[in-house]
Amino acid sequence: MRSILPALIVLLVAVTPVLAPTSQVLLTLAFAKGLAVLGIIVLLQAGQVSFGHALYFAVSAYVAASVARSFGGELVTTLLAGVAAAAVVGLVVGVFVVRYRYIFFAMLNLAVSMIFFALLEKFYYVTGGSDGLQVPRPTVVGLTLERGEFETILFYGALVLSLLAAWGTHRYLASPLGNMLRAIKTNEVRLEYLGVSARSTLLSGYVLSAALCGLGGALMAVAQGIVTPEYAYWVRSGEFVFIAILGGSGSVAGAFVGALIYEGVRTYAAAFASDIWQMVLGIVLLVIIIFGPSGVTGLYQRLMDRLVGPARPRGAGDSERAPGAAE
Amino acid sequence: MNLQLFALAFFDGIAYAALVFLVAVGLTLIFGVLRVLNVAHGSFYAMGAYATASTVGAIVAAGYSPWLAFPMMIIASALIGGLIGGPVEKLLLRRIYDMEEVLQILVTFAVFMILEDVQRLVWGVQPYFESSALMVLGTVDVLGITYTAYQLILLPVVAILVLVGLRIFLRHTLSGKLILAVTEDREAATAIGVNVDRVYLVTFVVGASLAAFGGALASATTSVIPGMGADMIVLSFAVVATAGLGRIEGAAITALLIGLGRSFAVYLAPELDVLVPYLIMLAVLLVRPEGLFGMAHTRKI
Repeated sequence: MRSILPALIVLLVAVTPVLAPTSQVLLTLAFAKGLAVLGIIVLLQAGQVSFGHALYFAVSAYVAASVARSFGGELVTTLLAGVAAAAVVGLVVGVFVVRYRYIFFAMLNLAVSMIFFALLEKFYYVTGGSDGLQVPRPTVVGLTLERGEFETILFYGALVLSLLAAWGTHRYLASPLGNMLRAIKTNEVRLEYLGVSARSTLLSGYVLSAALCGLGGALMAVAQGIVTPEYAYWVRSGEFVFIAILGGSGSVAGAFVGALIYEGVRTYAAAFASDIWQMVLGIVLLVIIIFGPSGVTGLYQRLMDRLVGPARPRGAGDSERAPGAAE
Repeated sequence: MNLQLFALAFFDGIAYAALVFLVAVGLTLIFGVLRVLNVAHGSFYAMGAYATASTVGAIVAAGYSPWLAFPMMIIASALIGGLIGGPVEKLLLRRIYDMEEVLQILVTFAVFMILEDVQRLVWGVQPYFESSALMVLGTVDVLGITYTAYQLILLPVVAILVLVGLRIFLRHTLSGKLILAVTEDREAATAIGVNVDRVYLVTFVVGASLAAFGGALASATTSVIPGMGADMIVLSFAVVATAGLGRIEGAAITALLIGLGRSFAVYLAPELDVLVPYLIMLAVLLVRPEGLFGMAHTRKI
């Protein structure tokens, strides 16, 4: 019962290229952002928020762009190269930042991303400066495609990747490792007393989140055909956090629900409010935090609970589960 | 590097450190008392700069004395701190003190996003440049270098006055002692009748005004542009984190360290100037996670 609507939405999205071809690119971009937001949600499960995850989005996008430019670029290798670069950078930065919690964690991530943003603008002979880099259209299994065909393939690729990533992340969060990750939020000391290293647990989550942001970034680079330093700017990091809270940080579905709503509203409403867009986001963020901290998916869960009775607790779906990791 | 260049870098560093200190001390004061790290702090800095640059510009254009720039800086920063900082604490932050830490961070981040657009709506996106205050104080010659008196003398003196003033205020006045009492133990302070709500409000307004004052002073030396708030919040966080959250005197020393580090980088390794503050912060935090002057927390079980 409660999975009818989500299944319908997935179906509806899947037939979009046939029904409404104009929104195809928009949805591809929404998936790219949704993947990055999924990374933020992994960290939120551990009670941590990062204001700098656009870093991984940008690292991956720039690496994907460089690969596509210098090696002629096959779609799969371009994406893989981007994700691998993001994961490696995530590991290096992660080793350092997982020693910190809360505001330190948030701000250190922000600091690293601001440094990268500054470097992107400064080393213009490598990165193209504030003009960015053009990304040539990659080939797909060796075939050079027309724009329309490529966009359709990219759309379905993004849809499949998003479903896979959502499923994988859900499995990760439901696994013992994922449970330990959530124990960092509820009771880190207890976790340590059980003999589990909170740092290496958080590091695993951090690298996963960096890789997810990387996947989103590489996809965005290929879909847009250009990468700019804006990819690493704090506004984008803030956008990811915003979408995570909007969709609901308790579940993996929240990332994509949030991203679809956000991109939809942004495309059609931002024209009326382009000057005050940050302000609108800020106000909505405040309203959600103060009145409905579980986001859109949380509202849906509550509605369903009322209609068909409470669900049995499932893995990553519920944030109120008992605090212990390995009881 | 010859002596003149060295002196030049040194003066640049001092002037820069004085400005960063004013913003950072407000941030660390607010954190020490409210236990909330205010991400919107950079916005107060930017708005102080905008308010000063635009009003001083109008005053000078109307033919009044450029000396009016100095009282204008104080008025503008007090207004920003009181009229914007006050409501933010009273209407918003007050609701979130009991929330999870991650939500508190998000709330101040939301305020930051809102205030960024408020600046754009009020002052537009074109840069403001208004250096009457800098000009009117003239220059001084030291070690064969001509440097502006505003940056070499006024800024450091103001920073030291604020540092000493804050210390006297906190240790030797009733309001200051109340603030210290709340910092030490909020519940005990409430139990003996301290009005904690008021203390929070006063602290936040003072901290926000200090940030705005930093911006007001900075507006005479640089163009006021969109995005300066975001840069400043990260930089002042670097200062505050390096010193140890809540350490006021420590923030002064760290501001000096980071200011000098950055200005020497400008002359020695220009590509790295934006990186130096963060490299200093990362180096310190790797060795002492609680900051240079912070105290290690005992673990709560």
